[in-house]
Amino acid sequence: MVKATFQKPAALFVACALAFTLPAPALAQGEVNVYSARQEALIKPLMDEFTEQTGIRVNIVSAQADALLQRLRSEGRNTPADVLITVDAGNLNSAKAAGVLRPIESAVLNEAIPESYRDAEGYWYGLSMRARPIMYVKGKVDPADLSTYEALADEKWRRSICIRSSSNVYNQSMTASMIIANGEAETESWARGLVANMARPPMGGDRDQIRAAAAGQCDLAIANTYYLGQMLNSDDNAERTAAQSIGVFWPNQDDRGVHVNVSGAGVVTHSRNTDNAVRLIEFMASDSAQRWYAEANQEYPVKPGVEWSGTLTELGEFQADAVNLGMLGDFNAAAVRLMDRAGWR
Amino acid sequence: MRTDPVSRQGWFSSSRLKRPDAWSLGVPLIAAILALPVLVIFAHVFIPASDVWLHLRQTVLQDYVTNSLILMAGVGVGVLLIGIPTAWLVSMCDFPGRRLFEWALLLPLAMPAYIIAYTYTGMLDFAGPVQTQLREWTGWGWGDYWFPQIRSLPGAIIMLSLVLYPYVYLLSRAAFLEQSVCVLEVSRTLGAGPWAGFRRVALPLARPAIITGLSLALMETLADYGTVQYFGIPTFTTGIFRTWFGLGDPGAAAQLAGIMMTFVLVLIVLERYSRRRARFHHTSARYSRLPRYRLRGVHLAGALVVCALPIILGFVIPSGQLLQWALRTPHMWMRPEFLGLVWNSVSLAAIAAVLAVALALVLAYGKRLRPSLPVNGAVRVAGMGYAIPGTVIAVGVMLPFAWIDNTIDGWMRDAFGISTGLILSGTLVALVFSYCVRFLAVSLQTVEAGLAKIKPSMDDAARSLGTPPRQVLSKIHMPIMRGSLLTALLLVFVDVLKELPATLILRPFNFNTLAVRAFELASDERLADSASAALAIVLAGIIPVILISRTISRSRPGHDTPA
Repeated sequence: MVKATFQKPAALFVACALAFTLPAPALAQGEVNVYSARQEALIKPLMDEFTEQTGIRVNIVSAQADALLQRLRSEGRNTPADVLITVDAGNLNSAKAAGVLRPIESAVLNEAIPESYRDAEGYWYGLSMRARPIMYVKGKVDPADLSTYEALADEKWRRSICIRSSSNVYNQSMTASMIIANGEAETESWARGLVANMARPPMGGDRDQIRAAAAGQCDLAIANTYYLGQMLNSDDNAERTAAQSIGVFWPNQDDRGVHVNVSGAGVVTHSRNTDNAVRLIEFMASDSAQRWYAEANQEYPVKPGVEWSGTLTELGEFQADAVNLGMLGDFNAAAVRLMDRAGWR
Repeated sequence: MRTDPVSRQGWFSSSRLKRPDAWSLGVPLIAAILALPVLVIFAHVFIPASDVWLHLRQTVLQDYVTNSLILMAGVGVGVLLIGIPTAWLVSMCDFPGRRLFEWALLLPLAMPAYIIAYTYTGMLDFAGPVQTQLREWTGWGWGDYWFPQIRSLPGAIIMLSLVLYPYVYLLSRAAFLEQSVCVLEVSRTLGAGPWAGFRRVALPLARPAIITGLSLALMETLADYGTVQYFGIPTFTTGIFRTWFGLGDPGAAAQLAGIMMTFVLVLIVLERYSRRRARFHHTSARYSRLPRYRLRGVHLAGALVVCALPIILGFVIPSGQLLQWALRTPHMWMRPEFLGLVWNSVSLAAIAAVLAVALALVLAYGKRLRPSLPVNGAVRVAGMGYAIPGTVIAVGVMLPFAWIDNTIDGWMRDAFGISTGLILSGTLVALVFSYCVRFLAVSLQTVEAGLAKIKPSMDDAARSLGTPPRQVLSKIHMPIMRGSLLTALLLVFVDVLKELPATLILRPFNFNTLAVRAFELASDERLADSASAALAIVLAGIIPVILISRTISRSRPGHDTPA
């Protein structure tokens, strides 16, 4: 009787579901399936280029890294995914630790990507890089007063720093890098100082911090370089004007260097199109793809010798923190707890 | 509300049916399947408390509790203050523009909460156009003047109230329209003025409907992630994400979800208790044209302001801003791919809506037919999905589905040496199922409310004439409650259209929806680029919203003409 009651919707539903599943990827040759934590819009052009060059079709699901990782874990050996792309090294490391990535041997990748931007055992490879420097309002702050991340806790910056919530992975990774450099106790008192120096409670994203600084709400902002780069190249006049009033200071140049992170990719343990997966990652490390990253997204290429975008070149060169990026993931939970204790919302 | 359990069970034990029928087996089974994801999440609660839990208690737990409670209280007051007076005005009073307001007041329903939050922030933030203009005119700088901070707890309360009040408006308007005028006339002959008639007769009679609307709004408030996350307010939802993913502790995250659920349970229990044995069936079938109060002068002006303000703030301004952004970014929507997004969103929402209402109908009727503790309990648990953030539901769906797939695959490999792969995971089946789990409360509450208004004596009459239960449902109940069914259908449709987190995680390869596109761009702080997708969600939601309004106007027997 129950069956009879919803026979019609059920039939409709099955029909529609079938209609949807039909064009779904078959696991045939000539395909590669990507789980991407990078939004589709930001990699689609590159994937289309790959398809054009190789004839291999690329299927994409994009979502947050944590969710994709959970999906890979629960799908287990039957997962359709071949490649996992994330926007930070910490998540790639968690994927490695969870056993969902497999190591690959690729002379092309080993040659293209410097050791500090890839996993030592070949589980994942960094593909594009960004820095998280201190940004200041030109004319309002003398860059000579700036020195290190640590010095941001100094009383002279009381109520003058804009930074987003500690729920964000960029801040979690940055704090993790400070724990690695200075230890937990020192980093916690630094975080307390930083919280006291915030111009407003953390809110919004990275661009918001830049905008707030440009509008006069704070003197310093902490944000990723590509956000500033994209604002400088925006169609929107107001965005460009705001970004132009902001200067970039590379902190910690006399010691460990500015905090950087990479987006990257790895091959899934139970991948069935391994060759295509490796080819895709190799393609993403090629000169043309690396240049595309630089131009379209204002990210730094990881491959040495590939030209930076004009905007990034103007921001100047810097020394990057050489800490093994995989380690940032190991200290992520410690960083979150520490920020909780420091009252960093 | 419910039929008398004693007499019905006694009645059934003497029925002709000798074997356990499909209702007594099917209903608990369906309820159990729908409750599964929620139960999977709750199973994590029994993972022994880790030191993360201690850490949470020492640091942020109090913030989560306080902020979530304030948010719920604020939104509760907000939706009641907007929803009830507007519903009363358009149902019981006559003033120019009433017909327009009838449906326009529902429009904010089509606006996803996170979109309205992004839009208002874009406009009213310190660096936004409004404050920038203000500074240009006055020469003020940062700190020279006070301006309400939109990204704050009060800001979140306003944003959520503006998009959630339609639930209260919708259900209380339906209730006001369905009330027999007789009771109001009786109250008038007893000397009650319009105000007393509203306060002492109409309002108490409409209470079940108002409470239903309120609980839907509050559950959605609890589940909201986009708005509070963007505003940087630590609440249970942001805490669950942070604990699960940032601290890597699903157990503690589920324990947080467990506390959050207790809020919902307390609400439900309080409401049940306050009703106690009161029943709200309609006792009279005598309906006549509503004698509307004609408003003039100050009253008219007041009514216009009260009705226009929520529409302007909750719909006109934000969609105007979206439109302006969308016009500036034609490259985002002037391409064939955009039509594909629209089709995916609309068809998915339609499938989910039909299924969710069909399931709700079966469950609600099964509960009416065979009220028993296990059935009622399972239906309640299944209905809790609405208050759980979409991502958590998605994980709750993912785990059992993948387990089933992998188990089947394992058997097939062992027995026949063939791999069946993933049959359900990563397909739209999983996605549609998660929508049903997430939005069952919406369809269930609407259907139950419709069913509750049908007097049990109808069932008894039909059954005593030999009609089997299935036909009582299809031949008697469904036609009577056509309005409620359509409302449920359209509400789920609009909700699925707006749904984001579960869609994001569970969808198959190369499958995008408007909500996914809008969110991906907005979360990358490309508000203008995201506007066209957001606007398309709103537009796709408007048509069903207008249909809902017409259904309700028509639902009143003896009502003059549809709006």
